[in-house]
Amino acid sequence: MRKYTPKDDVQRKSYFSDRFFVSPQVPRTNTHEDEVFENDIDNLDTSLEVLEHYIENGHLVIYINACDNKKAILYLRDHLDYDFLMELSAIDYIATRGGFEIFYEMLSTTKRKRIRLKCFIKEKETLESVESIFKMANWSEREMYDMYGVKIVNHHNMKRILMPDDWYDYPLRKTYPLHGDEVANWYEVDKIFGKEAREIIGPEERDPAAVDRYDTTRFSRLGHEVPFGVDITDGKEPEHTPLAYQEEGGVKLFGVRLIKELDEKKSVILKKKR
Amino acid sequence: MAQHKINYLQNGGAPIALTTIDKIVNFGRSNSLWPLTYGLACCAIEMMATGASRYDFDRFGTIFRASPRQADVIIIAGTLTKKHAEFMRRLYDQMPDPKWVISMGSCANTGGMFNTYSTVQGADRIVPVDIYLPGCAPRPETLQYALMMLQKKIRKESIFRSIKKKRLV
Repeated sequence: MRKYTPKDDVQRKSYFSDRFFVSPQVPRTNTHEDEVFENDIDNLDTSLEVLEHYIENGHLVIYINACDNKKAILYLRDHLDYDFLMELSAIDYIATRGGFEIFYEMLSTTKRKRIRLKCFIKEKETLESVESIFKMANWSEREMYDMYGVKIVNHHNMKRILMPDDWYDYPLRKTYPLHGDEVANWYEVDKIFGKEAREIIGPEERDPAAVDRYDTTRFSRLGHEVPFGVDITDGKEPEHTPLAYQEEGGVKLFGVRLIKELDEKKSVILKKKR
Repeated sequence: MAQHKINYLQNGGAPIALTTIDKIVNFGRSNSLWPLTYGLACCAIEMMATGASRYDFDRFGTIFRASPRQADVIIIAGTLTKKHAEFMRRLYDQMPDPKWVISMGSCANTGGMFNTYSTVQGADRIVPVDIYLPGCAPRPETLQYALMMLQKKIRKESIFRSIKKKRLV
């Protein structure tokens, strides 16, 4: 007989899971399969320690020690013709591994090959700037610091690039809440009016759909205005509200009517754009 | 010979017109609203279209001014980020009284789709807003309508009121 399982909350649970599900992975191939990459690795191995290497989606991925990053990039540029630094950034692995994985994406225009240099640093460790080798690294490293809090040394202008200078915490970390922490929530209020204004202004309204349709002091519906502050709660709403595009009686000056009042019955809606 | 005939049956038979100070001042104010040339995001493109020849904002006496010291209206056209909020408030403070604010588009009204840490959730947290203009982005007609609504509002105001302390000024 089959074992009994309670079925009280069976609807709430996920009732289907694929027994044969495998999370999608990009196949990795050995470096020996590509002649150019194999040659590169052999050359690089002589000057610094390569921890791991493989080919993924046609990119050669190399893991090195974080202290070797400048040396490796310089070697790749000067001796192996990787003349572009396409992108560099960090990946947040603080929860699982206690640090960041830094990647440098490089391109060789002569060899038409792409390479990804990776290294791992602990959360509080510093990383040498590669700005002196590639100018492109200037802003990317600032962004990396701004968003992840990776400490870069020997950078000529190390400050935040996107967030304001007095911003607290690093917004692209996995632990950072999407709506911001307390400092972020009150940032503009604290800065402009001071902390004492917090209770006057009140917390942020985070519900984007929060519109009270019966609130006639703050909202009026387009073309269906009622006078300010009128109570239109359930049942008290007028059946017909006239179109109001101008003040009552048209625009007048010195008793001369400049603009006629809109007659709703005479107004026509064009079927076709002229 | 008189070029212009005077109608002695109108206005008590005198070539004068009677009105109130409120009306004449508000007539001037409402028909020469000078907004600040100030765009933040995509709504600014619609604002530019409103100013250009097809929609022609100049018909309303609305001429964009490049200095806050010459402007009466500030149209907050686009996403207001927390980093920029300070500067927007500074521009608003530099405008001479009386001044009005149009919050244009969803982002300026409530933060819109940017329900995140870096966006001000409604420009009314920073400056007192007179007209909230819905849309993403609002079409030029909508901005014109908002301006007409603002004119309507101004014409109802009394000029002798002491400058009302708007919230947080």
